[in-house]
Amino acid sequence: MPEATEILNALVLMTNFVFVPALAYGSQLALGALGVTLVFGILRFANFAHGDLMAFGTTITILFTWLLQASGITFGPLPTALLALVPAIAATAIIAILIDKSVFAFYRKHRAAPVVLVIASVGVMFMLSAIVRFIMGTDDRRFTDGERFLVRAPEFKRWSGLDEGLAIQTTQAITVIVALVVVVALFIFLNRTRTGKAMRAYSDNEDLALLSGINPDRVVMVTWIIAAALATIAGALYGLDKSFKPFTYFQLLLPIFAAAIVGGIGQPVGAVVGGYIVAFSEVMLTYAYKKFAMYLMPDELAPQGLLQFLSTDYKFAVSFIILVVVLLIRPTGLFRGKVL
Amino acid sequence: MSAPAIDETAQAERSPAAPPAIVQKKDSAWRAPLAFLAMGAALAAVGMFQSWSVALAILNMSLISAVMAMGLNLQWGYAGLFNAGVMAFTALGGLAAVVVSHPPVMEALTAGGRSLALSAVITIGIVATIIFLTSILKGRVRGFAIFVVVVAGYFLLRPVFSDAVTTIESVNPARTGFIGGLGLPITLSWLVGGIFAAAVAWLIGKVALGLRSDYLAIATLGISEIVIAIIKNEDWLARGVKNVTGLPRPVPYEINLQQEQWFVDLVSRFHAAQLESVGEGTRELLLRQLVIEGASAFVKIAYAGLFTVVLLIILALCVRALNSPWGRMMRAIRDNEEAAAAMGKNITKRHLQVFVLGSAIIGIAGAMMTTLDGQFTPGTYNPLRFTFLIWVMVIVGGSGNNLGAVLGGFLIWFIWVEAEPAGQWIVAQISANMDPNTPLYRHLQDIAAPFRLFVMGLVLLIVMRFSPRGILPEKVRHT
Amino acid sequence: MYLVGEGMTGGYGGGDILRDCTIGVEKGEIAVIVGPNGAGKSTAMKAMLGMLRLRLGSVVLDGKNITTLSPQARVAEGIAFVPQTNNVFTGMSVEENLEMGAYLRRDDISGTMEQVFALFPILKEKRRQAAGELSGGQRQQVAVGRALMTRPTVLMLDEPTAGVSPIVMDELFDRILEVRDTGLAILMVEQNARQALNIADRGYVLVGGENWRTGTGHELLANPEVRKSFLGG
Repeated sequence: MPEATEILNALVLMTNFVFVPALAYGSQLALGALGVTLVFGILRFANFAHGDLMAFGTTITILFTWLLQASGITFGPLPTALLALVPAIAATAIIAILIDKSVFAFYRKHRAAPVVLVIASVGVMFMLSAIVRFIMGTDDRRFTDGERFLVRAPEFKRWSGLDEGLAIQTTQAITVIVALVVVVALFIFLNRTRTGKAMRAYSDNEDLALLSGINPDRVVMVTWIIAAALATIAGALYGLDKSFKPFTYFQLLLPIFAAAIVGGIGQPVGAVVGGYIVAFSEVMLTYAYKKFAMYLMPDELAPQGLLQFLSTDYKFAVSFIILVVVLLIRPTGLFRGKVL
Repeated sequence: MSAPAIDETAQAERSPAAPPAIVQKKDSAWRAPLAFLAMGAALAAVGMFQSWSVALAILNMSLISAVMAMGLNLQWGYAGLFNAGVMAFTALGGLAAVVVSHPPVMEALTAGGRSLALSAVITIGIVATIIFLTSILKGRVRGFAIFVVVVAGYFLLRPVFSDAVTTIESVNPARTGFIGGLGLPITLSWLVGGIFAAAVAWLIGKVALGLRSDYLAIATLGISEIVIAIIKNEDWLARGVKNVTGLPRPVPYEINLQQEQWFVDLVSRFHAAQLESVGEGTRELLLRQLVIEGASAFVKIAYAGLFTVVLLIILALCVRALNSPWGRMMRAIRDNEEAAAAMGKNITKRHLQVFVLGSAIIGIAGAMMTTLDGQFTPGTYNPLRFTFLIWVMVIVGGSGNNLGAVLGGFLIWFIWVEAEPAGQWIVAQISANMDPNTPLYRHLQDIAAPFRLFVMGLVLLIVMRFSPRGILPEKVRHT
Repeated sequence: MYLVGEGMTGGYGGGDILRDCTIGVEKGEIAVIVGPNGAGKSTAMKAMLGMLRLRLGSVVLDGKNITTLSPQARVAEGIAFVPQTNNVFTGMSVEENLEMGAYLRRDDISGTMEQVFALFPILKEKRRQAAGELSGGQRQQVAVGRALMTRPTVLMLDEPTAGVSPIVMDELFDRILEVRDTGLAILMVEQNARQALNIADRGYVLVGGENWRTGTGHELLANPEVRKSFLGG
């Protein structure tokens, strides 16, 4: 039987390397998946440009962060980027609406098949990714400032007397809190306000919504504003947590789609749950459990290998396998979403 | 949900009085030859104003791109399948080039070959057990049994396999560290690349083809990332991101060519007038210069010849397939799946066929590309360049039309290559009067590279909007 | 008449489905369109709603020509429509369905909602439940209730009893009579011709997109030709 402190050490280890990172990553995926699922529910196509819309929103956030920093404005212990989010969301929303008016509106008007809109979104993806690279280049960029840690590992060790340290970065805490606030606000909007209900009605039954006098143009516009806001927030939080690199945002597309489909396409609750499912599976399956096992097992049974199910290089495979399993077993997702 | 859906919007716009079939026939007779003529002229212009070497390089990659586009066109244009995993099949073709042509690394095989073979046996055993279980069990028990077998198999396989991997990868890691290949002629790998791609496509198709279009796109996108991740990380197989370089060639090496008397004679005859015009003293120097240039051009032309043969064979097969009863049925399924199903067509089976065939063609092109490069570089595969660019080719060229796909391959590759110098030129114009020391100036110099992404998106959107059926539209038969 | 489609001729692009067809309804009256399959019953109603562009003819509401108005504009003019299928927001609660019906209204809708609840008491009970979870008959009630929320002057129903049991059908017709008594004009397409003509003040029998027989519900029920052709003798 391992001692109590050993068990505590093991738990802290898991919190530090699995729970906290997965919670932050899951929040980022949830916000991204919410955007994808809303666009799907209202506009009825899988938007391949969403990853690059996130990159674009983050780019604008970084520009405003620099502008604020240059003029001596910071946000105390919090990252300045949080302040920069406000104008960045506005700018990204305007761009999203412009894209809709110049690209997607045409195909909607002519009632083109959804897949035509998907291909058009590939064109938008190319152009957005180019614009992001025009502005930011292709290098890694870190734009976080303020206090780096909420809880530091050595302090935690001193406080608890354990061997294992627990470190919580400010960006991780902010990610979870901001995501929580945004999700709650979005749910209140969708369930309590007239416009929010109109959006749900339009997503539910387009023809009947039109017969009820709901203005489709307005619904579409509000959808893009919200999608742009969600993309900017998700992208900026991801960039704060890791770093900003244009290409990683395209790669986020897969886990985000997986999250949206797992939860049920067009279902906001599903997107959030799906985000955490994908994130936790990814982190848990690619974590090496060797140290964890060493705390819990007697020394003579200490494991040989790393006790890692999958190398981190294969984390794509995790989202993908979840995706395929859900599609084959329950195509509507956990929360009975639409089937494409 | 299928390719011609784009044109439905166009059809709706047309007044019912206009006879669409006749209009199409009229312009399609001249359209294709003119378009290809213009393409040839553009390549010639590059040769004259930029350099013939660049023009030939564009030509070679255009030929390969055209083959890829035909493969995707088979899937999308004929059958309406949204394959967003083109990149994976291209890379599998490249892997085939290594596996077929690289000489075997005997040291690695003697060291780790046995455990590798044992791993293969275990894997086959696991798969066989699963197949056996699926045939005798049903429902929940089946799922549970398969789960148990997979988990048990994983723990059985893991130590043997990781032993094999460590042993192989530690054999001279700086130069080999992998098992090598079979040491056969590399042209054979074009066929093998097709087979590799077909095999993987069959597996993917079995799982994913029941899915609706958007899901299929997302699923194939995911699979392609996994395939690339495997090739990048399984160093024992093809060195991963350390690349395999110096693959053998199907054509002569420049350096050998320059030594050949017949080649020197050929060059001096070809450039006789130019050689006459210079003095005795510089003639020798000029000839050497011309031989070096000529050797490089000769190699590229030799590649172009090989690729053209493959292109023409595949084109002929695709055209025949399209006009056969099989092709008509494919399009009938694409245009109205429900009606086709009601008529007793086995849609999933047909889709699987066309998916495997299209992927095989992409695999062949992938092997050709690695052959041309002479090296396999898994780190360079990314979906924008290797999946979505091919999509732009098919949509812009004209989905459902084989010549359209070929033209799209040529045109889009041409734009992709030439967009960068165009971007540089634009940047040069903008920053002409700027101080080179300002950050803005330095920033502007980085813009030229992503400029091609911008142009690609723009071309795709403009063609979709104003010519939704592409440059060479699918011929609609009214019979 | 309060709402009348006069000499309606048109179709969906191909040939004409409606040929010189005239349908009308007065306030406080139920008008029923019956006829064999493919007679253009639903098409006639859709033409009056504006979902089909007419080549000839006109639609006039309360003396105002509305022929060129879009369906949404006609809804704003006081016409409410209950489609045959997909006529509720399945993912939204009963109450939200009713709210969406009143989307165009900016005034207090609680009074109208109480009226709908008074008409369909079961809906009040299930107000928090998702409409998609209700039985077929209850869904039809939600659908009619949603349409009534705009406080329309004309209510159009496309086969409201399709797929519900006979008991539910009788109950639904009773409710429709109650709605009529509040002074609305009701236009209905029905497959169950006998029961529908029973409650109809005015009946239209369409064949091949043309008016074949017209009269009060009881006249048509008594007409031997109509009985022979549609009512099984």
